[in-house]
Amino acid sequence: MTALMVDTGTKPPPEREKRERFGAWRRLPPKAKVGALLLGFFILIAIIGPSLAPYDPSYQNPNPSLSLNSPSAAHLLGTTQNGQDVLSQLLTGVRMTLELAVIVGLVATAIAVVVGISAGFLGGLWDEVLSLLSNVFLVLPALPLLVVLLGYLPQKGETATILVLAFLGWPWGARIIRAQTLALRNRDFVAASRETGEASWHVIVYEIMPNEISLIAASFVGTVLYAIGASVALAFLGLADLNSWSLGTMLYWAQSDQALTLGAWWWFVPPGLVVALIGTALVLLNFGIDELGNPRLRSGSGTIKVGGKWWGQTDPTPVLSQAQRRPSRAGSFLHSFSRESLTEGPTEVAGPVP
Amino acid sequence: MRFIIRRLVFYAVAAWVALTINFFIPRLMPGSAVEDIMSKFPNLNPAAYKALEAMLGVGHPGSLWHQYVNYLNDVLHFNFGTDVTEYPAKVSSLLAQTVPWTVTLVGTATIIAFVIGTGLGILAGWRSGGWLDRVLPGLTFLQAIPYFFLALILIEVLALHAKIFPLGQGYAGGDIPGWNWQFISSAFYHSLLPAFTLIITNVAGWMLTMRNVMITTNGEDYVLAAQAKGLPHKRVVLTYAARNAILPQLSGFANALGFVVSGAIVMEIVFSYPGVGLLLLNAVTSNDYPLMQAIFLVISFAVLFANLIVDLVYVFIDPRARARSA
Repeated sequence: MTALMVDTGTKPPPEREKRERFGAWRRLPPKAKVGALLLGFFILIAIIGPSLAPYDPSYQNPNPSLSLNSPSAAHLLGTTQNGQDVLSQLLTGVRMTLELAVIVGLVATAIAVVVGISAGFLGGLWDEVLSLLSNVFLVLPALPLLVVLLGYLPQKGETATILVLAFLGWPWGARIIRAQTLALRNRDFVAASRETGEASWHVIVYEIMPNEISLIAASFVGTVLYAIGASVALAFLGLADLNSWSLGTMLYWAQSDQALTLGAWWWFVPPGLVVALIGTALVLLNFGIDELGNPRLRSGSGTIKVGGKWWGQTDPTPVLSQAQRRPSRAGSFLHSFSRESLTEGPTEVAGPVP
Repeated sequence: MRFIIRRLVFYAVAAWVALTINFFIPRLMPGSAVEDIMSKFPNLNPAAYKALEAMLGVGHPGSLWHQYVNYLNDVLHFNFGTDVTEYPAKVSSLLAQTVPWTVTLVGTATIIAFVIGTGLGILAGWRSGGWLDRVLPGLTFLQAIPYFFLALILIEVLALHAKIFPLGQGYAGGDIPGWNWQFISSAFYHSLLPAFTLIITNVAGWMLTMRNVMITTNGEDYVLAAQAKGLPHKRVVLTYAARNAILPQLSGFANALGFVVSGAIVMEIVFSYPGVGLLLLNAVTSNDYPLMQAIFLVISFAVLFANLIVDLVYVFIDPRARARSA
């Protein structure tokens, strides 16, 4: 938006500016709109929720008549077996779950960007070693490793969970960022920047990264999604600080106190539903980001009905010629171990291009 | 053949990384695991203390390198040490009891989910904008529900109230494991609900990726050419579009196996299914470190092996790969 205004040089009148802003929003795919609105709602809850909570989530009401109450005016989502207010726990839990997931997302995406861009930009042996590393981490099953790592830790607090989740959350993002960097590296504008003698970091920060923003955003959203899923699952297994209130620990206590068997659905269903809604919001947002980059994925668009049959659209833009890679000798040797070496053209296997 | 050998080398590297991580975890973590264990299990004798020290590398018998070589040697001989909870049971025999349960159920459910999801993805991608394509956002919601949450609710509704399925466990209480009809039918009956939950949570993911690849493939010139030639509709979809779209789907399948295994662990815990996942959680809650580490290794190796099989299938169905690997 701002970049657009700078380009034109003159500041558009406020009316037009307003129309442009809403225009950008209108151009968003509907799925992305729903996702963004839903996510915004939960972020708002995470920010103001704990101060809205009518009770202290940990307060155990000693009055036995308040145990396992179904929803009422005093307790909108009922009470737990210990007389704790479910709504207060939920409002506090959303903050902790989202906070943890966002921190994990930031840390893991930062690692992914550093690894992915250095692998793609530096190329050669660097690329091969870093790609090998991310492929290995991608193929190793994450949850068992998480469980074992947390099993060894004496205190299973929030910091430990964040570190462990971030440590295992980066390879997927690194892989797609590397692929995009490889494609960008030999484009003309990057070559021009290099020819003028800019330092590597300058080319990376000002030429390559701005062209990968949507990919980095998608990778961030994906990592946040993974962090929510993994942290809730780990808390459910009891591998978290069980005295704090997150959506996962709520589910842990609901399950270990047999909420469902006792018929206390108001205790068990809301946290799970909130996790599902946050997850849906993130997935829809990612759909939207994907569709912005590849309009053909939009359902319905690009197909026409002729004679009772649906016809797919042909590619409107010619495919940009694939950037040629120039792997080093050791690099091409290592590269031939990867699954991708199979699907690439024969020139790549043949070795360096003069 | 060359391709297969190279992939074998890659998996060997991955396996070595898994082994090395496994070796360093107990040596880098704070706190004394041995003291923890000894205080929990007063009936362990001093010999077990020594063995634990050696296993966890706390007593430092010999240099780190020496320990490492010994450790690799032990793993090569399937010697994962002695279990502390069910002392003196061998860890390897505990694994032998549980692995078949997990492999049978999770393997079957994963393949069924992949086949159904890919099939639906082909349909949704071909008729982009059709009704199947429009229900996708709904499926997304189904997929975003935490697996254990969905499974627990299904247990509540289908097993506890409707009594269609058993509540959990791998087989009925009175049955003795063996190759007789009664046991096998009981095991099959108990595996239905877990398999069903695994399938419905995984189908949407496969369907979505297949749909996206299909849409990209439909834009290719050869698909248009096939349509222009007037080939039957079914033939264009299956042998032109889907056949090419399935290749990236298959490597996606290999990459996602780690996630599938993670889901399976939670499944076993929810259903008290007598597999590796339940064993892992029990090991963690009882601080049974040798067992924990052995399970991690076994799961990692299983995933690597499954990846290798996917590679073999890939070579089989992609003629380019076959030509190049010959």
